Amino acid sequence: MGVIFVLIAFSLLVALIFLGAFFWAVKTGQFDDPQTPSIRMLFDDETKSNKTNTNQS
Amino acid sequence: MNIIQSIESHTCYHCGENCDKDALNTDGKHFCCEGCKTVYSILNDHNLCNYYKLDANPGQTIRTTGVERKRFEYLTDEDVRKKLIDFKHGNTVSVTFFIPGIHCTSCVWLLENLQKIEEGVLRGTVNFLKRTLNIVYDASVTDLRSIVELLTTIGYEPNLKLEQLGEKKISGMQRSLWLKLGVAGFCFGNIMLFSFPEYLRMDQSGSSEMFRYFFSGLNIALSLPVLLYSSVDYLKSAWAALSQKGINLDVPISIGIVALFGRSLYEILSGTGAGYLDSFTGFIFFLLIGKMVQKKTFDRLSFDRDYKSYLPISVIRVSDFGTERSIPVNKLNIGDQIIIRNQELVPSDSVLQSEEAQVDYSFITGESDPVNIIKGDQIFAGAKIIGGHAHMLVARKVEHSYLTQLWENEAFKDTSMENRVTSFADRISPHFTITVLSIALLALIVWWQIEPTRAFTIFTAVLIIACPCALALSTPFTLGATVNILSLNGLYLKSTDVVEELSKANAFVFDKTGTLTESEKNSVHYVGEPLSETELKLVASVSRKSIHPLSKNIFKSLAVSDLLNAEDYYEIPGKGAFAKFENTSICLGSRTFILEQTDIDDKDIPGLRKPGSVVHIAIGGEYRGFFELENKVRDGLTELLNSIDEGHEAYLLSGDNEQDAGKLSKLFPNWKVMLFNQSPLQKLNFIEDLKKEGKHVVMIGDGLNDAGALQASNFGIAISDDMSAFSPACDAIAESNSLNKLNSLVDFSRASFRIIISSFVISLIYNLTGLGFALTGHLSPLVAAILMPLSSVSIMAFTNITTRLKAKNMGLRIWA
Repeated sequence: MGVIFVLIAFSLLVALIFLGAFFWAVKTGQFDDPQTPSIRMLFDDETKSNKTNTNQS
Repeated sequence: MNIIQSIESHTCYHCGENCDKDALNTDGKHFCCEGCKTVYSILNDHNLCNYYKLDANPGQTIRTTGVERKRFEYLTDEDVRKKLIDFKHGNTVSVTFFIPGIHCTSCVWLLENLQKIEEGVLRGTVNFLKRTLNIVYDASVTDLRSIVELLTTIGYEPNLKLEQLGEKKISGMQRSLWLKLGVAGFCFGNIMLFSFPEYLRMDQSGSSEMFRYFFSGLNIALSLPVLLYSSVDYLKSAWAALSQKGINLDVPISIGIVALFGRSLYEILSGTGAGYLDSFTGFIFFLLIGKMVQKKTFDRLSFDRDYKSYLPISVIRVSDFGTERSIPVNKLNIGDQIIIRNQELVPSDSVLQSEEAQVDYSFITGESDPVNIIKGDQIFAGAKIIGGHAHMLVARKVEHSYLTQLWENEAFKDTSMENRVTSFADRISPHFTITVLSIALLALIVWWQIEPTRAFTIFTAVLIIACPCALALSTPFTLGATVNILSLNGLYLKSTDVVEELSKANAFVFDKTGTLTESEKNSVHYVGEPLSETELKLVASVSRKSIHPLSKNIFKSLAVSDLLNAEDYYEIPGKGAFAKFENTSICLGSRTFILEQTDIDDKDIPGLRKPGSVVHIAIGGEYRGFFELENKVRDGLTELLNSIDEGHEAYLLSGDNEQDAGKLSKLFPNWKVMLFNQSPLQKLNFIEDLKKEGKHVVMIGDGLNDAGALQASNFGIAISDDMSAFSPACDAIAESNSLNKLNSLVDFSRASFRIIISSFVISLIYNLTGLGFALTGHLSPLVAAILMPLSSVSIMAFTNITTRLKAKNMGLRIWA
């Protein structure tokens, strides 16, 4: 039964890692602006390909 | 067909406006003006043409902006710069601009790629909802002025107003609330898990003692952050209230918190039980969710603007040597000579130095027709100059001007929430607290007689179970849902606290211009000889060129897209415009202007039948007729006025003249009072008088001239056509088309208070059930662990569902 202490300690550790991740997300402002990131993800890295295109031409 | 197609394809590649036939042409793309072409070439040079791919014609028309280098000179002023920037660390400077022009994906993309155009810009971050752009730049490479000039050149002029020179507001409440909620949720979940053995009574096995100590110890460790971090706001607020000898809702909550935690700690340490730490953390978790719902605000709206948000941050001052330099407005001194250009606001009371000028006082008085003033006349701050430049001498400092004196009034002095009426939940909490404490004390005394060892257990159990969970949850959830539904119907409230004020309304006071009638004179009739299609085109071309507001409305009403280029064009601001075309000439303007410009006899021009704005037309020297412009009454106004119940009263307060009195009383005969030519201060006093009569006043207005009245009323609603546009300080901002629903919105807010009361009844049933367990001494941790979340969740569900059902029954929108 002693293994249960190890398991619980481990599960708490995992949960704490997630709590830490949540803290990090809040502190870096990911909960401040729910709208813009959804727009930002639409941009591709097209600028780079554009550059090569113009260089070629 | 071909011709039409070719015309249609002549839209500006940058802004999508229709172009003239001789449109500017680069790389096979058409542009309506030099400005748009410049933006395109800047972007093209820096490989940023992706801008045009994300959205079609994403740009702003540049035609109207036009950058003058001198304009942003004041940004080199150290004082101004210090106040505008967020922080500075070495050479790294962070600054946040409010840019109303942000409207699409392309905008976000371009503004976040500014570093490709301007060297020294390190990073740009757009907040789309708030329409802000945060820029981090290297001060050794570039400066604030160059960045603002670049933004203005590419069509994203930052909104720099006087208010930015004031103190910066600190935000960050939301983040700490998220963190507190996260901690509470984390601890709640884990404690629940570790309490399971206790629920299932696993005592039988041999190693049970060790497990019990282990799990209890973990539970205490996990509940400490909840007590010391997540719940600390409630404890602080309760302490503050008690030290001022008052009781708010946080007092009974804190009693519950202390009782729950103290009892649990005692039970665990004395080995008499497992404690109620799961209920405790769950309680805090649900409370914080409620707070989150209540805190939901409308980021893009601003509810506390004063005159500083209207006035410009800088003005051009002419020095004694005749050099022009832009300086911050708050550095203006009496006697300074300043230049105000077309469409700009006069920052302080001044005396006109130019021969003549046209000013629009609609901001201050609500009067929409421009006024003509001559040299030596006084111009009040807040007036908008129409037409050409105007030179003037500053007569009073900004903070002493006529307009700004309104803010010296008492109505603006006590605006903090503390001085307002306390909320419903706060009002009943003293009764609640006293009742709970007396039941608990009674139980203590009674059980003391029967079985003294259990008396304290029962006492704390009563305190625990009577904790005002439901009371604390029903108000935020109901009001949160109410505010949400009101916003779906076009009424955006400042906070959930003001719903109660709206629900009590019994007197409605309306402003006229901009509220009952549209702010621009939109209703245009033509009276006279019919005009042919070509002649209409001529009229449209001239009115397009003219800067006068009336011509703009005429142009809009004609809806002609194919314009002609005049050979010769001149305009006398405020009088009229004259244009010469290939085979004819056209004259558009006032009676005197037509008489001056043409040989038309005075008798041929008809006199006016009624007051209003009129623009006469002469084509080829012949008088043709006139356009009559009137304030258009808002759509749905009749429904609104007629829906105002008999128990309520309607008042009209207008800064404008009596021109529309007849029309408005025909629309709605039951006006209690109609007052015209009211100054902002008179409006404010009228509201104060109504309040003294015991009325609960809702003021509906739009302009700065209503600011005092909006502030003085119990509930001020600012009407806005464009939600991101500025509106004066108020309790709510309404979309103009939601005005006709106003009465049902008030009814709905009243209904939401009935919902709160019925949810109290439900919570009372839970509390009484729990009290039954507690008083008989059967409140086991399992019962508490079931009862507490069950009551919370059912209150959340009940309030949300009934609020939405009620709204649906009242014919309001309930989904986005």
